[in-house]
Amino acid sequence: MGWFKRKTEGITTSTKDKKETPEGLWYKCPKCKTVVTTEDHEKNGYVCERCSYHERIGSEEYFQMIFDEGKYKEFDAKLASADPLKFEDTKKYVDRVKATQSQTGLVDAIRTAHGKIDGQDLVIAAMDFAFIGGSLGSVMGEKIARAIDQAIKLKCPFMIISKSGGARMMEAGLSLMQMAKTSAKLNQLSAAQLPYISFLTDPTTGGVTASFAMLGDINIAEPEALIAFAGPRVVKETIGRDLPDGFQKSEFVLEHGFLDYIVERSKLKEELSKSIKLFMN
Amino acid sequence: MSIYLDFEEPIKALEEQIAKAKEIGQEAELDMTDKIKALEKKLSEKTTEIFSNLTPWQRVQLSRHPDRPYTLAYINAISQGTFQELHGDRSVKDDKAMVGGFGSLDGQTVMFIGQQKGMNTKMRQYRNFGMPNPEGYRKALRLMKLAEKFNKPIVTFIDTPGAFPGLEAEERGQGEAIARNIYEMMGLKVPVICIIIGEGASGGALGIGVGDKVLMLENTWYSVISPESCSSILWRSWDFKEKAAEALKLTSEDMKKLKLVDGVIKEPAMGAHRNPEEAFSIVKSEIKKHINALSKIDAEKRCEARIEKFCKMGVVK
Repeated sequence: MGWFKRKTEGITTSTKDKKETPEGLWYKCPKCKTVVTTEDHEKNGYVCERCSYHERIGSEEYFQMIFDEGKYKEFDAKLASADPLKFEDTKKYVDRVKATQSQTGLVDAIRTAHGKIDGQDLVIAAMDFAFIGGSLGSVMGEKIARAIDQAIKLKCPFMIISKSGGARMMEAGLSLMQMAKTSAKLNQLSAAQLPYISFLTDPTTGGVTASFAMLGDINIAEPEALIAFAGPRVVKETIGRDLPDGFQKSEFVLEHGFLDYIVERSKLKEELSKSIKLFMN
Repeated sequence: MSIYLDFEEPIKALEEQIAKAKEIGQEAELDMTDKIKALEKKLSEKTTEIFSNLTPWQRVQLSRHPDRPYTLAYINAISQGTFQELHGDRSVKDDKAMVGGFGSLDGQTVMFIGQQKGMNTKMRQYRNFGMPNPEGYRKALRLMKLAEKFNKPIVTFIDTPGAFPGLEAEERGQGEAIARNIYEMMGLKVPVICIIIGEGASGGALGIGVGDKVLMLENTWYSVISPESCSSILWRSWDFKEKAAEALKLTSEDMKKLKLVDGVIKEPAMGAHRNPEEAFSIVKSEIKKHINALSKIDAEKRCEARIEKFCKMGVVK
């Protein structure tokens, strides 16, 4: 005899006839496994209500969150990657770009825009990790460069929201030099005495960390974001032992003196606006 | 005994044949002149054949040749023993993978900086295989600022398999250290010449690689990643390093064509290690030439041109 016996009639559907929950209605937090409706999750800024896990989001979500009424003017939306190296690994680089474009609906890994934050002008360059890991290539370099020109023209602060695995290998030397190019442009922004806010989100690694992401007049980050030059796997291989808890997370990077503050997404606009006001008034 | 790379085997065989012929000639008191001459002709033809058709991977091999002269060898030869090494980043420690100090270039004081590799196992460890920690980059920046203060030109020698990816390096901000250098080097008010003398791996190289003139020795490589790592990431196997080397367009010739470096410096036949003295003198005259030309330009204009040059890099549509 079984230990449990169903006493009342209830579940009568056979496994075969069971209906799957439709995709996209529910969000399950990968950290604490709490389930909420996607609608509530979105309302909460894609942050878990229970453990405050910050889900990775894209440029559009950040623009909506930061710009007043979600209104902004995008720059160079059609700027796309060329392939001067005719790079080919297991796949042709041009095909990889095309496939990613149709899959994501994005043109490259960064979008730049001008809008207002509490009535103050701000130019933002925000990355999309979904596009080849938010990798830094010629397009990202050029868009950042042009966005800095816009900020100088508008005499307003400039912000980069980093979310990237680093330099785009398929652009080899060209992508490496984008680190130099963006740093050169930041020199011009600095000469114009305009603030540059670097906002580091999960993950910010490699060539992005080793250039503009670490060069903010203030460097700020989302909680628990991975911020590194060499990623944890590489470091672990190098030293041959396990890494300490919280290694290379925002809180760790703050403690070691490389961040000015960590900001929860729910307070992002408020804190950002405050910083800008303090710089510009 | 020289060390031969795999593709140099035919050269090694011929050189051995010549040595043997000479030996026989001496021992048996035979006239081997014709035989030796014929072999030498063959050797020179073979050498030209091999070295005029080097693949990108073979260039990478040459750039890592264990006999290749490293930074301090260049500095000591160029400064004719006047080099005085300066140590420490004034914050954490002295990084042995990065060296620097003032030296005299035929009477003109120059700040020399570069990554340093070791000549034997013990020294390789001491130099951390030419992989600097953040302290190395910060020492380099301190020395560059020192040069700027006293209006001395800066010459950097780049030779690194990459910035060190260690735990302490991360704690002390490897990314920030490299970023800071790239940023600050853009604005240095003195002439800056950067020369890749061996390996130019990614951010670790660029961390001392922003200059008015960035030059590559003929048999060196400069890219965003080493061919081995590129192979392991994109092909998911270490076996495609030759293919990766080709795809990355990392040779001096390709980098010049792409306008990512300003020039290529010819090496002695069969590479700098075959005739280091000649290599030193070629590099020295290049440095002098560029310092002379750059010194004639107004500091502000020179900086602007440097920034403009890097701003033009990249291809989009």
